[in-house]
Amino acid sequence: MEILSLLGDGMLVAIQPLNLLLILVGVTVGLFIGAMPGLGSVNGVAILLPVTFLVPPGSAIIFLAAIYYGAMYGGAISSITLGIPGASTAVATTFDGRPLALMGKARLALVAAAIGSFVGGTVSNILFTAFAPILAAVALSFGPPEIFALMLLAFATFVGLGGDDIAKTVFSICFGLVLATVGFDQISGAPRLLLFDLTGFLGGISFLVLAIGVYGIGEMLWTIESTRGEISKTDADISVKGVIEDMGETVRKGWKGTAIGSFLGFFVGVLPAAGATPASLMSYAVTKMVSKRPDEFGKGHVGGVTAPEAGNNSASTGSMLPMLTLGIPGSPTTAILLGGMVIWGLTPGPRLFVDQPDFVWGLIGSFYVSNFFALLVNLSFIPLFIWMLRMPFTVLAPVIFVLSVVGGYAAMQDMFDIWLILVFGFGAFFLRKFDYPLAPAVLAIVLGPIAEPTLRQSLLMSSGDPSIFFTRPISMPIMVVAIILILLPALKYLRPRRSSVAE
Amino acid sequence: MRVGEIVTAGILALLSIYMMYKASANGIGYTTGTGPQGGFWPFWLATGMLISTGFIALNWVRRATPQSRSEEPVLDRFGVKTLLLVGGGIIGFVALIDIVSMYGAIAIFLLYYLKLLGQHSWRLTVPMVVLFPLGLFFFFEGLMQISMPTGLSFTDPVYNVLYDIIY
Repeated sequence: MEILSLLGDGMLVAIQPLNLLLILVGVTVGLFIGAMPGLGSVNGVAILLPVTFLVPPGSAIIFLAAIYYGAMYGGAISSITLGIPGASTAVATTFDGRPLALMGKARLALVAAAIGSFVGGTVSNILFTAFAPILAAVALSFGPPEIFALMLLAFATFVGLGGDDIAKTVFSICFGLVLATVGFDQISGAPRLLLFDLTGFLGGISFLVLAIGVYGIGEMLWTIESTRGEISKTDADISVKGVIEDMGETVRKGWKGTAIGSFLGFFVGVLPAAGATPASLMSYAVTKMVSKRPDEFGKGHVGGVTAPEAGNNSASTGSMLPMLTLGIPGSPTTAILLGGMVIWGLTPGPRLFVDQPDFVWGLIGSFYVSNFFALLVNLSFIPLFIWMLRMPFTVLAPVIFVLSVVGGYAAMQDMFDIWLILVFGFGAFFLRKFDYPLAPAVLAIVLGPIAEPTLRQSLLMSSGDPSIFFTRPISMPIMVVAIILILLPALKYLRPRRSSVAE
Repeated sequence: MRVGEIVTAGILALLSIYMMYKASANGIGYTTGTGPQGGFWPFWLATGMLISTGFIALNWVRRATPQSRSEEPVLDRFGVKTLLLVGGGIIGFVALIDIVSMYGAIAIFLLYYLKLLGQHSWRLTVPMVVLFPLGLFFFFEGLMQISMPTGLSFTDPVYNVLYDIIY
């Protein structure tokens, strides 16, 4: 009851006119920043941080949290309408969101993304409100071996995400992980894998460079070539009645994905260093695994949109938990929020709930309000996004190419990255022709920088003994599940071959 | 397609060996006190890539995948034409950035794609060529405070006018 009373007070703070206005502006700005390839919540929060010095600290953090929410909703828009994941958190949304758009069901995909995000955000808010201190303690029990085991579990789910050719999927995963090691060795600081001795590689290879190359250039070239240039435009209807019908279809076909994403996403988001990307991917993979029709995933299944969207939104709220309760940021965006809080004289950590209850509960109240407004703003802009899709493909294609190049440059502001995008784009075009799954490579480059240091730290802890992963109570079951997940498709792969040999 | 499949696997195998070689420069063993060396993780991953290409080659020999059975060309005449016109256009676009600025290159690329490849009317092409780069300019330079390449000095007069509007 005490929590409900505190939450009620927090809600009252959140709906004060100034805070409400900031929430509305924040989610709208965040939505458009998130929808732009190359820009994500981290850009929005970082760029608008100085603006917040004009308002009281409580309102400032509410504004930034609203941008964060808006951007998480917006990431799905470019994945669905353009086929380019604007942020790593929206890669999994592309798998089914884009096929739905190409089938003329972009409105359904956008509505499913919005509903999934809203439910994920709401469930995680409730879990956050009720279990914050307990979950913070659980998160602290995750050391390097547990985090590495979790990463291995994420990689294991990639095998399920790939096509039928497991060798190509494994190649794709390893390739993405190797690309993630280019630049400087995180532990020794020595330059590493400077391919062809090009100094441009010293800065490493950003996830966005590979993602934009694969999806913005490679996939587009493949679409133009494989359809013989016959895509004129994507048909999509704009009507309020249609949006309501799509809501019903989302509930019917996407409820399982939404539920899995909401709970799994929150748990993964709570873990320090994990974040929304593995959360969205694991939500997608688990939903596909438990589905009665897993073969429909990747071809335009509503659950394939709601699961990652619920997962990444839920994880975004979850990642606020270690930031507020322990002072450990769970993602780059929460790291900037943490910096902002320190600048405003607030000290995140166990004492924050005791010393600054008005601030904390005002912020938690604003999560609920921001989530609701993000849904409203997102749904009201769907006609605009659909209108974009109704452009002829010969207009949409150059727009996508331009946004890919501009977005690629905006992220790192280095022309080397743009040339690298082209190399990856043309490479992806040919690999796509030979049915190499490229999504695992894109996701591996995101998770690689988490996996490698945790592996090395774990081996250092055990003096090089790999059994450390199988002797700790949390890492052991995760490792076992990961190994089973890796072996299952391999067995499936071998079984038909044996039977065909027998025949 | 069948020949292309094995050639691609061969190229990827060579890339894997090259990455193993580069990774080995940082040491691939275990050092007491500091843990696995810098090349340990990428070396064994590149080894995984090499082994995967071996399995891809094995599948090719067994004709186990659709690509390893297909006798279709990797790129027919339409594919080659698409790659040259669209892909070449994108390369030209990026090459022009350092000369005519990011926004100038966008305008030229849009003109090329919309008018020459898309064969759209001037009524659609001209507003797109002018307004789209301008919109991006005000979004990135004004709102997001991200500066794009401005090209050689002959573009300065245009940018001076535009920056005067923002600042």
